[in-house]
Amino acid sequence: MKLNEVVELLDAKVITGADKLDKEVSFGFASDLLSDVLTIDSEYLLLLTGMANLQAIRTAEMAEVSCVAFVRDKKMTPEMIELASENGLVTIESSFSMFHAIAVLHDGGLKPVY
Amino acid sequence: MLFKYEVEGGNFSKAGFASSEIKKILKQINIDAKIIKRIVVALYEGEVNVVAHATRGTVLADIDDKQIYIRIEDEGPGINDINLAMKEGYSTASEKVREMGFGAGMGLPNIKRNTDWLNLTSNVGEGTVLEMKTFF
Ligand SMILES: Nc1ncnc2c1ncn2[C@@H]1O[C@H](COP(=O)(O)OP(=O)(O)OP(=O)(O)O)[C@@H](O)[C@H]1O
Ligand SMILES: [Mg+2]
Repeated sequence: MKLNEVVELLDAKVITGADKLDKEVSFGFASDLLSDVLTIDSEYLLLLTGMANLQAIRTAEMAEVSCVAFVRDKKMTPEMIELASENGLVTIESSFSMFHAIAVLHDGGLKPVY
Repeated sequence: MLFKYEVEGGNFSKAGFASSEIKKILKQINIDAKIIKRIVVALYEGEVNVVAHATRGTVLADIDDKQIYIRIEDEGPGINDINLAMKEGYSTASEKVREMGFGAGMGLPNIKRNTDWLNLTSNVGEGTVLEMKTFF
């Protein structure tokens, strides 16, 4: 699934990486627990999280996450936006609940990691 | 090549700085992306452990053409039972650490999984030394 489509399905606002929306993601992982995210090996990964802090961006950087979607209407801080831009990470914000976001992405064909 | 970074206990906004710098260096010397990921995930877990559990620490990285050796040394409470700390799910993380999205007791097992060699030693009341190697 192209990130463009993710943005559309989640009715999301693109915060950083607007030039990379033609990139593909194949897998989705949803967690507020960053410890969990660090154990995932998959490439082309979309992370859905409600953990809107700087460490979520750092975790995405180390775990090679392609795109982070902040759900439940969580807003990124200026520090998060700065770090995400530096890293060339695509970040988006959606007002959907975690369940709603997962449901539409799953229906759209995004696969679970396990 | 030797690199050294300071890590501040309790300061989550800076956790990951050393990992990020090492990642850039490894990219520059064209290490395979999968190996870079293994190295920086392990280093980041180690860095977060210093921030979450200790007072202050240093990260030392030694890179040659065959491997990276990383030594994370901290001043802090140390670890009483290392075998127990290595078990998945064991955590003494504070409420503050959990609020940041950590403290599931998965860091040390994840470090073990992502490194080729690991050595963890500690003196209770003084600090902890985590050494790891990953071959390129
Ligand atoms: N540098 C350290 N200094 C003191 N104690 C430590 C240190 N590193 C780990 N520990 C102890 O070992 C436990 C397990 O560490 P581990 O990294 O596996 O889990 P965690 O840090 O609690 O949670 P997570 O890594 O999932 O965020 C910690 O809760 C803590 O009690
Ligand atoms: Mg840990």
